[in-house]
Amino acid sequence: MNLLKVTPSPHIRGEMTTQRVMLCVLISLLPTVIASGILFGLPALILISTCVVSSIFFEFVTRIIMKREQTIGDLSAAVTGLILALNLPPSLPWWMAVIGCFVAIVIVKQLFGGLGQNFANPAVVGRIVLMLSFGSAMTTWTDPKYLNTFNPLFDGYDDVIASATPLVREFPDLQVQASYLDLLFGTTTGCLGETCAMALLIGGIYLIIRKIISPVTPIAFIGTVGILSFIYCTTGTGIMFGLEHALYQMLSGGLILGAFFMATDYVTTPITNKGKLIFGVGCGLITFIIRTFGSYPEGVSFAILLMNIVTPYIDRFTMPKPVGAVKEEKTE
Amino acid sequence: MRKIKGLHLKHNKNTANCPTEKFPVPKEVLIPMNMNMGAHSEPIVKVGEHVNIGDKIGDSNAFLSVPVHTGVSGTVKEITEIRLSNGVCKAIRIETDDIQTTSENVKPPVINNRDDFVKALRESGLTGLGGAGFPTHIKHNPSVPIDTLVVNAAECEPYITSDHRQMLEAPDDVVGGIKLVMKHLNIPKAVIGIEANKSDAIKLLQEKTKDDSGISVKKLPSVYPQGAEKILVFNLTGRLIKEKQLPSDQGVIVMNVSTAAYIHTYAKTGMPLTERRITVDGDLIKKPCNLFVKIGTPVSEILEYAGCDTEKIKKLIMGGPMMGMCAYDVNTVISKSNNAVLAFEKTAEKTMTNCIRCGRCIKACPLNLMPTELEKAYNRKDGAALKKLRVGLCMNCGCCTYVCPAGRQLAQINQLAKAII
Repeated sequence: MNLLKVTPSPHIRGEMTTQRVMLCVLISLLPTVIASGILFGLPALILISTCVVSSIFFEFVTRIIMKREQTIGDLSAAVTGLILALNLPPSLPWWMAVIGCFVAIVIVKQLFGGLGQNFANPAVVGRIVLMLSFGSAMTTWTDPKYLNTFNPLFDGYDDVIASATPLVREFPDLQVQASYLDLLFGTTTGCLGETCAMALLIGGIYLIIRKIISPVTPIAFIGTVGILSFIYCTTGTGIMFGLEHALYQMLSGGLILGAFFMATDYVTTPITNKGKLIFGVGCGLITFIIRTFGSYPEGVSFAILLMNIVTPYIDRFTMPKPVGAVKEEKTE
Repeated sequence: MRKIKGLHLKHNKNTANCPTEKFPVPKEVLIPMNMNMGAHSEPIVKVGEHVNIGDKIGDSNAFLSVPVHTGVSGTVKEITEIRLSNGVCKAIRIETDDIQTTSENVKPPVINNRDDFVKALRESGLTGLGGAGFPTHIKHNPSVPIDTLVVNAAECEPYITSDHRQMLEAPDDVVGGIKLVMKHLNIPKAVIGIEANKSDAIKLLQEKTKDDSGISVKKLPSVYPQGAEKILVFNLTGRLIKEKQLPSDQGVIVMNVSTAAYIHTYAKTGMPLTERRITVDGDLIKKPCNLFVKIGTPVSEILEYAGCDTEKIKKLIMGGPMMGMCAYDVNTVISKSNNAVLAFEKTAEKTMTNCIRCGRCIKACPLNLMPTELEKAYNRKDGAALKKLRVGLCMNCGCCTYVCPAGRQLAQINQLAKAII
C-alpha cells in the first residue's frame, strides 16, 4: 500500500538554497583570489587556504562540542574564512590568521547560535581583533609583483618592509600616490583582497546579476565616501582635485571589498532596501570620517562593525507597511 | 500604480490545449456533505432509496450552508463519513445504475427579481468554483450597493487550465452568467481579469463583449498570485480592500469565471451543481487532460483514466501546487471546490538551515508582510508582535516558503501563528 506524503502547501520550491548562496559568494571571490595569487604569489594562496580550512575546522569542532547538527555543509564557514583571509596582509604569520578565524567562527558566530544569529560580521570582527592584538604584523606590507607598473614616476620600495599603502601614502604627499590603474589592477601594496579593484568589481557585479546581493548597499557606501571626499577636497583646492581625490578614495583600501562583500552580509545588515540605503550611507560616513580625521588610514572595518550593531534599530524603523493594514485603534 | 509583487512561476500549463472530456460515470460516487466554508449539510435520503440526477440529497438550515445534490442516478448504498482537507463530514455513497435518469425536479428556475435570484443560487448548491468554495448565494447578496463585478479568470497557479478551457469552450456561458449577475444585483460594470498567458481567451472574450459597454476584459501580467482577491481587485479597479474589510466594502464583488458560466447554465437548465471541470496533471500522469467529472467521483478512478501508476505517487495534490491540499489517500473524492488533481513522484525537498535573514521572503510577499520576523515572533509565542506584524493579513499564498533558501516553512508558521493572536 503506497503511503502518500502529506505536507502543508506550497508544494513547489524555488531553487535557491543557503548552500547555493554561499557557493555564489565563493565563486564571486574567485577573481580576487586569482589576482592575489598573481600579485603576491604562493604565500598568498597558502594564507587563504589556511583561513578557509581552519574556519571550517573550527565550525566542525564547535558544533560537535555544542552537540548540534553539523553545518559546515552550508559553506558559510568557508565564506567567512575566505573573506577574513582577503582582509589580511600577505605576510601575516599563519598562526595569527588561525586565531582570527577562531574569533570569527567560534566567538562571533557559533557562540551566538550559529548561522543567522551573529550580531556582527564575523570576518570584520576577526580582522579588528587581529589589528588590535597584532598591530605591527597587521601593518607590515609586502610589495606585489609588477608593483606600480602603471606609475613610472614612483620608485618602488624593497620587499617586506613596513611600506605604506596607498591611503597612508596619500596624505600629505599627494605626489607619491599610486596611480589609478595601479589601484584598479592591484599593483599596489595592501591586504590580499583589497588591492585589485577590478577583480573585486567583477565579483561584485556577478553577485548583483545573480541577485545574491542588492546593489543598494555597495552604491550607497562607495558613493557616500566618494561624495564626501569630493566635497572635502574641493573646498580649498578646486573641483579637479576634488574629483581625483574622490576617485582615489573610492578605489583604494578595503572599500570595494567591504562594500560588496562585507556590508552586504545578510545576517548583520538591514533586511529592506530602505534599511540597506541607510546602512550604506552610514558606513560611508563613518569610513570617510575615520580616514580623514582619524588616526587609522582605513576605516571600513570599524564602519561596518558600528553599523552592524545599529542594524536592529534600522530594521525597526524601516519595516515595510503591510498592504491594506489599518492603524491599530488605541484602546482606552 | 503599485506593481504587484509576486513570483514568476513556471506555468506548466500542459493541458491548455486539451478540450474537456466527459469522464465516464463511475460505478459509485461518495458525495461529501460539507464541501465549502460553512455548516455541514444533513443527508435527506435513506439507505436503499433511489435517486436521480439532480436530486437534492443533503441540506441544512444554517445560514452559511448550501444544499448538496447527486449527479448520478442510482441507489443510496450507505451513509458514512469521509475525511477531506477541511475535516471530517458525513458522506453518501451511491451505487450508479446503468440508465442514468435525470430527476423531474430539474427545471429552469423562475427568476423575477433579486430575491428569486439569490434563492435560486442557493437551490443550485453553488459554491465558488475557483478553489475557495464560498457559498455563492451569500456572496451575491450584499447589503451595500455594488458598482463593479470583478470576474477572476487569472488562474495563476501552475498546471491548472480549467478556467482557461471554460473560456475557450463556452464563452457565451461566461458572458451570459456575468450579465445575469449584473442584471439581478444591479451592478453597472464588470471587468474580467485574464492573465497574459491566455491570449486566445483574452481575444475570444474581447470579441464576445465588444458590443457591451458594461463588460470589459483586462489583460494582467502572469505573476503569482494574480488571482488572489485583494491583488486582483487592486489591479483591476485600483481599490484596496483594507484589513478586516470585505470586497463589498469597496463596492466590489469578486467571482470566478467558471462560477459565472455555471450560473448561466443553471438558469437555462436548472441542473444543480453536480459536475465540474478539473485539470489532471503531474509528472506521473501519462495523459494530462481536462475532465468533466461528477462531484463525488473517486480520484483513484480518475488517476487510472489519466494513466497514472498510483503505486508511485509521492504527493497527490487536490488543487494547485502553491495552495492546494495534499490528499492522504488515493480513494478521496472530487468535491465542489476541487479544480485540479496533481500526482507527483518527485517532490521538492530543501534541507532546512537557520534563517539567513536574506530578505527574499519580504521581497516575495505580495502583501508586504515580513515572514522572517513572523516566524521569530511565533517561536517566541509573542502575540503582540504577531498582531503588529499583521499576521492576520496573510493569505497563505506560499510565496515566502517558495523563495526561502533556508527551506523554512514560513507560510505554514503564519497559519499556526494566526491561532495565537
